[in-house]
Amino acid sequence: MDKKQIELIKKEANLIRKDIIEEVFSASSGHPGGALSIADILAYLYFHEMRVDPKNPQCEDRDRFVLSKGHTCPALYATLAERGFFDKALLKTFRQADSILQGHPDMKHIPGVDMSAGSLGLGISTACGMALSAKIQNKDYRVYSIIGDGESEEGQVWEAAMFAAHYKLDNLTVFLDYNGLQIDGPIEEIVDPAPFDKKFEAFKWNVIVIDGHDIEQIDKAVQQAKSCKGKPTVIIAKTIKGKGVSFMENKVGWHGKAPNEDEYKQAIADLSALDN
Amino acid sequence: MADKIATRQAYGEALAALGEKYTNFVVLDADLAEATKTILFKKKFPERHFDCGIAEGNMMSVAAGIASTGVIPFASTFAIFASGRAYDQVRNSIAYPHLNVKIGATHASISVGEDGATHQSNEDFALMRAIPGMTVICPADGTETYACVEAALKIDGPVYMRFGRYAVPYIYDPATYKFEVGKGIVLSEGKDVSIFANGLMVHMAIQAKEVLKNEGIDAEVINIHTIKPLDEELVVASAKKTGAVVTAEEHSIIGGLGGAVCETLSGKCPVPVLRVGVEDKFGKSGKVPTLLQEYGLTVENIVAKAKAAVAMKK
Repeated sequence: MDKKQIELIKKEANLIRKDIIEEVFSASSGHPGGALSIADILAYLYFHEMRVDPKNPQCEDRDRFVLSKGHTCPALYATLAERGFFDKALLKTFRQADSILQGHPDMKHIPGVDMSAGSLGLGISTACGMALSAKIQNKDYRVYSIIGDGESEEGQVWEAAMFAAHYKLDNLTVFLDYNGLQIDGPIEEIVDPAPFDKKFEAFKWNVIVIDGHDIEQIDKAVQQAKSCKGKPTVIIAKTIKGKGVSFMENKVGWHGKAPNEDEYKQAIADLSALDN
Repeated sequence: MADKIATRQAYGEALAALGEKYTNFVVLDADLAEATKTILFKKKFPERHFDCGIAEGNMMSVAAGIASTGVIPFASTFAIFASGRAYDQVRNSIAYPHLNVKIGATHASISVGEDGATHQSNEDFALMRAIPGMTVICPADGTETYACVEAALKIDGPVYMRFGRYAVPYIYDPATYKFEVGKGIVLSEGKDVSIFANGLMVHMAIQAKEVLKNEGIDAEVINIHTIKPLDEELVVASAKKTGAVVTAEEHSIIGGLGGAVCETLSGKCPVPVLRVGVEDKFGKSGKVPTLLQEYGLTVENIVAKAKAAVAMKK
């Protein structure tokens, strides 16, 4: 991947971040912290890697994406809007009663959302089902999912991990958004699910650890995952919760809180400064 | 044809038979293939059977993922796990997006027998019925089981099918039987009391009619195999005609067929309704006939409730 491509993805990621702030500010609710931490991964997937067609979002052979940590859907909605799946103006309707943009992803009503999610731990299993189905149908689409580090306290994540390895779902790539914070505090202070690398290795996965904000590293990891046969891949992405917004970075309090007007302006200013 | 068959056995046989005609479905199990009888399908179509191990929640979400790609999964395990342990997954992964997953829930309720309370799902109708868009079916015999499995394949959306471990008599002749989701079946007409039954209580309701006849009560016996969507039209019409109702199900009297019938009739035709079922208790270990007796899942109890309902008529 060349410099120009990297710059383009970075630009998209910053647009996604601004959209996230717009959504959460408009809604006066939502989850900005963990949405900001996955913006680079989503920008890479939707603007570089995934085989998707915004004009035909249900295309049978498309690559799939499941946001298992569904509460961070402002990032997914922003990505889909920027990619042309629906009108960007809809982002301001996020979480409103007459909007398709539900508080958690709703595949029935939102173009481009491949799976409803929200109850933590379920999404990774649905991604396994999609990946298994590709094998059943001899299709070559790939399945991507993002799970949270806090989400990995759910036992079902590890049921899915066993399942994916057992069925050799090498068409499945899971990003683990390792931002280190959950609602009640730093994950190591709540119930620490680390070490992730050793756990997934023990579960017979191909494990890659990267900086989740470095586009080149994301690219290298995804391409390595595609060439790995017989095993699912987990990309443990070290990230910063609230990434890009000075006062949100690494702050537990910004898990599920909307900015007020001053904070909103500051956030947009912070992100605009990154444009240059 | 044998006189009796457990509906779980009929389920496995149906999957194996339908697997040839319909190539668009796969079967998932959670380490219970021998018990749920999906093993019969596995033997015939090993490449279409996926054991998910002892991880029912994961299995249900995997099923949702498969369904989202256009392949129909039958997800099979015991009713207690399908409806209870995996409730979140059934509700959120499968039902909320209205995905085309068929849940084959076997070993339901008291007639599990010796395994006892932890394995006896007396609440599964209530749990599944409360989920928007979920179809809930409990067939009465082997013939109806086969028909409901095929019908489930043709519906777009989630279906919860509930089967038993215990062998029950054949009621229907496969050559003539017609199954329609959401349509009750009048087994015999009557004018004094309506008996709505499903599952293994249907053959008892038929016997209860004969006993009641000898006591001068003319009972109408209706098989409500589909608890949701309930055949409200038939339920109301029958209740209007007879003015008294008994429901009979192998389930808690809370939230199942009895609950559904009461909810409908209270608004559309308020008449006395007495419910035969498990009376807000957990099950226990024992031989099935002993347990059915102890929990009041009997012909005698249907008869007693029918007489009492008739006596309550104004």
